Amino acid sequence: MDIHEYQAKELLTRFGVNIPRGGIAYSPEQAVYRASELSGEKWVVKAQIHSGARGKAGGVRICSSEEELSEAASWMLGRKLVTHQTGPQGKLVSRLYIEEATTIAQEIYLAFVMDRTEERVMVVASAQGGMEIEDISANEPDSIIRSVVDPAVGMQAFQAREIAFSLGLDPALIPQAVKTITGCYKLMEEMDANMVEINPLVVTASGEIVALDGKLSFDDNALFRHPEISELRDKSQEDPRETFAGDRGLNYIGLDGEIGCIVNGAGLAMATLDMIKMAGGDPANFLDVGGGASPDRVLMSFKAVLNDKNVEAILVNIFAGINRCDWIAEGVIRAVKELELTMPLVVRLSGTNVDEGRKLIAESGLNIQTAETLADAAELVVGAWKSARAN
Amino acid sequence: MSILINKDSKVLVTGLTGRIGSFHAEEMREYGTNVVGGVTPGKGGTMHNGLPVFNTVKGAVAETDADMVIAFVPPPFAADSIMEAADAGIKTCVCIADGIPAQDMIRVKRYMRRYKSQNRMRLIGPNCAGIITPGQAFAGLMPPHIYLPGRVGIIGRSGTLGYEAASQMKEVGIGVSSSIGIGGDPVNGSSFRDILELFENDEDTDAVVLVGEIGGPQEAQAAAYIGDHMKKPVAAYIAGLSAPKGRTMGHAGAIVSAFGESAQEKVEILKEAGVAIVPTPSSFGPVVKKMLAA
Repeated sequence: MDIHEYQAKELLTRFGVNIPRGGIAYSPEQAVYRASELSGEKWVVKAQIHSGARGKAGGVRICSSEEELSEAASWMLGRKLVTHQTGPQGKLVSRLYIEEATTIAQEIYLAFVMDRTEERVMVVASAQGGMEIEDISANEPDSIIRSVVDPAVGMQAFQAREIAFSLGLDPALIPQAVKTITGCYKLMEEMDANMVEINPLVVTASGEIVALDGKLSFDDNALFRHPEISELRDKSQEDPRETFAGDRGLNYIGLDGEIGCIVNGAGLAMATLDMIKMAGGDPANFLDVGGGASPDRVLMSFKAVLNDKNVEAILVNIFAGINRCDWIAEGVIRAVKELELTMPLVVRLSGTNVDEGRKLIAESGLNIQTAETLADAAELVVGAWKSARAN
Repeated sequence: MSILINKDSKVLVTGLTGRIGSFHAEEMREYGTNVVGGVTPGKGGTMHNGLPVFNTVKGAVAETDADMVIAFVPPPFAADSIMEAADAGIKTCVCIADGIPAQDMIRVKRYMRRYKSQNRMRLIGPNCAGIITPGQAFAGLMPPHIYLPGRVGIIGRSGTLGYEAASQMKEVGIGVSSSIGIGGDPVNGSSFRDILELFENDEDTDAVVLVGEIGGPQEAQAAAYIGDHMKKPVAAYIAGLSAPKGRTMGHAGAIVSAFGESAQEKVEILKEAGVAIVPTPSSFGPVVKKMLAA
């Protein structure tokens, strides 16, 4: 789960990381008022969306008058910002963060990630702050400093010192840098974050180390023990199709195509999307109904898939282990009747109780096409979708 | 011999008295698995479906001589349960739980390093379908009838894709020595490479089918091991060719973050190591058949 920059910064301060003074605003008037509270001569207006690269999309503006503040805030609020991370539909700006402007002497990149080769938390830092890490690793790979943390004892001061000296920081700044780096690790560990990224972490003209940006992402599997983090969820930043499905306990990811998919097992679901693409179609979603799916759950899956108005055909692909094909078939039949489904529907059943399942579908008298293999199912649904489109 | 499990394995079910543990324990026994008891803290001394229940894994091992644990424990408590098994001297632990926090798994793996490698428990999973040696025994939640006993090993991250492989092989008359689900989490107990090594050294296995997916370094590590150390032929399928970059696809581990982690890159790396590529999830049968004939 991602959170907003202002929320991330509030958490970072709790763990000893310095941030510029700032406040949240929901209207241009509030933005001006926040700036007056901060005093000073320059302020930064920052759109709060769950995405990096906001600056390029116009979501970060430095202002030096009330008029500029008000104008920047009016432009951003209610707008959908499109970055390379948001997808073409963009993300809605409904809150702004107004911050005092900082005079920057040095910019640093600092991140904490789960490294899958080490199977531990890894610190990644570079003196080339402000650039995206992808660009740093492409252009300045030698500038990247890495350090792995032993989970038994946590981040040690010497590791933080090594990183700070490698970044070329002034010796007088080392204690501050150690406090910042060890603080970030503590946050990662205690709050079950997947990623902590501060880009840039800056040294100010007055010799302070300050986090100018903050991006935190949390482990969904650990939210049960962090209710205060769960409360920071902002549904307006999510794909509404995913919110609908997620609220109903379904593992769903929205895609851009027209063929809706209902599959059991994440691997098989991915493979099903691949097959649809190979057959010349485009999947509308990833959906794993999970093990032991009841007819109700199948019906709910149909509702989640049809909630996407681009869907023009549906493929159900089940290899039942702990699932039962007859239950799946029952759910499919109920969905077709209750939802008055008219678009092409292909069902492929295999595994536990497959004969009972196929029989139920055959005897239903409904317009449901069936397939024995995944390859046949993908060909069938793409073919049916194409001919439905042609008519 | 097969690997990891056979008819003589003494299996302990943690979470035996729960609905899911109870159901799968019965399925396992019906197939012939030697389930020797269960562990549910607070229910020690009782019987469940004719099996003795213990309060602790250590207590159960002392009484039953169990050497394997299958954990049907919910995700918030699974890490604790794995560490308890490791400390009790269990040889192999299969963990089914889907949704264990990543930091818990990091701690589990660090904890297991307390034991010298010859005494260290082998963890399979979490978030996996389990392990089976067809015709002998299984610990997991797979439908065992889709596996024909035979001489080809299967290793897969995804349960249902592993079923696809096994049932397509059965259709063309190819049997399985053992099938091992390593699970879809980013930090897991055993890697493809670990299990490949077991199959390479298993005299009852002639070839291996690897079922991988996008995300993580383990397929590339497997390719390096195959290229340098394996004499037995390997076929591989990689799911997620059409997955968008930067999104996790169902499995927490299925997210592309570095070079060598996309499906295309994994296919290329495996191909270079001499692996026969299964191009679609419907072509396990013919590709494996051709590989065995070569």
